Amino acid sequence: MAAPLSVEVEFGGGAELLFDGIKKHQVTLPGQEEPWDIRSLLIWIKKNLLKERPELFIQGDSVRPGILVLINDADWELLGELDYQLQDQDSILFISTLHGG
Amino acid sequence: MPAPTCASCHAARAALRRPRSGQALCGPCFCSAFEAEVLHTVVAGRLLPPGAVVAVGASGGKDSTVLAHVLRELAPRLDITLRLVAVDEGISGYRDAALAAVRRQAARWELPLTVVAYEDLFGGWTMDAVARSTAGTGRSRSCCTFCGVLRRRALEEGARLVGATHIVTGHNADDVAETVLMNFLRGDAARLARGGGLGSPGEGGALPRCRPLQFASQKEVVLYAHFRRLDYFSEECVYAPEAFRGHARDLLKLLEAARPTAALDLVHSAERLALAPAVQPPRPGACSRCGALASRALCQACALLDGLDRGRPRLAIGEREHRGGADVQGTRGRAQAAVQAAAAF
Repeated sequence: MAAPLSVEVEFGGGAELLFDGIKKHQVTLPGQEEPWDIRSLLIWIKKNLLKERPELFIQGDSVRPGILVLINDADWELLGELDYQLQDQDSILFISTLHGG
Repeated sequence: MPAPTCASCHAARAALRRPRSGQALCGPCFCSAFEAEVLHTVVAGRLLPPGAVVAVGASGGKDSTVLAHVLRELAPRLDITLRLVAVDEGISGYRDAALAAVRRQAARWELPLTVVAYEDLFGGWTMDAVARSTAGTGRSRSCCTFCGVLRRRALEEGARLVGATHIVTGHNADDVAETVLMNFLRGDAARLARGGGLGSPGEGGALPRCRPLQFASQKEVVLYAHFRRLDYFSEECVYAPEAFRGHARDLLKLLEAARPTAALDLVHSAERLALAPAVQPPRPGACSRCGALASRALCQACALLDGLDRGRPRLAIGEREHRGGADVQGTRGRAQAAVQAAAAF
């Protein structure tokens, strides 16, 4: 049984517009059987934070292509992407690259 | 799975994997490499000669924000002077917030800023008014087509106003790759032929234009802004969601998921593409009203404004809409290409 985790979830680059315009969310993930990873965090975000047009943020079991994910300010591509196991006090940042330039 | 150490300094923890090389770098090493690569693009392409007065097309968005920031870092080495030029299209609820971001940037970077408005340049037409006049057509994608033509003209006027010798825009590799895809999908051979290279040398009295970020991927532009803590505006234009470009962007993102170098490869392909002499577009002449490049009596911008003033805006660019979106020169090139292709079969 994994203990509850406190993590910071942040949205930027326009992605925050799908979350009532709120960028930083301090969240507590409840304890569960399996360890929390990014895959399960995305399901939790979709259920608890995402306010509108979920297809603009999540496609399949991952983020929409073109949304960058930084885990503690490092590219998730270096950390196992969806399989990264969350640690207490982690900071997860989602940046959309899809908005105008 | 801990992050590897930086492949450049071998000391710090890597913060990103570069799409072009797969190399893992830390934030500071990546930002230095990014700036060095833009410098190389400018120097190797001879885009901005020493002494140039450079108008940066500034929208407040990520690309022009990163471009202005990097060029400001490089300006002493390049011996260039920078001016920010922003275009106010007259889109309520969108452009006001974006212009506020540009003003903050200009103040922070101590760069002179000039704002030119469609309304002043184009006989009272704002983009909102143009959109209302085309609203009944049910094809809001034409808004972006109109706006693109007018913004190009407005940036040219603004650049002249501030005494610029060159214009730079923030288009990145993904933007250019989207354009290449769109031109392919529309069969627009003339535009494909013109799309190569890093910009236009300034034919027909127009100022030379270039895209110093053309080889930088969207991901790297956004991460550069992130690591340098740049403040930019990131809302989508109210008229954009219906545009064809959105489909090209989605397609490109899917391709990139399978092949991270897809955008750069497309840019490279377009550069290497050569049209057979038989399908080269005709050499353009000058617009009878403003003198800009035109393959018909009026250039695109003047034809469009002429149509708006006559109350029949669809006619101004009607041909390109009905025939699949090629511009005036492109349509002619396309028609020729079709005839040549038919003859070849």
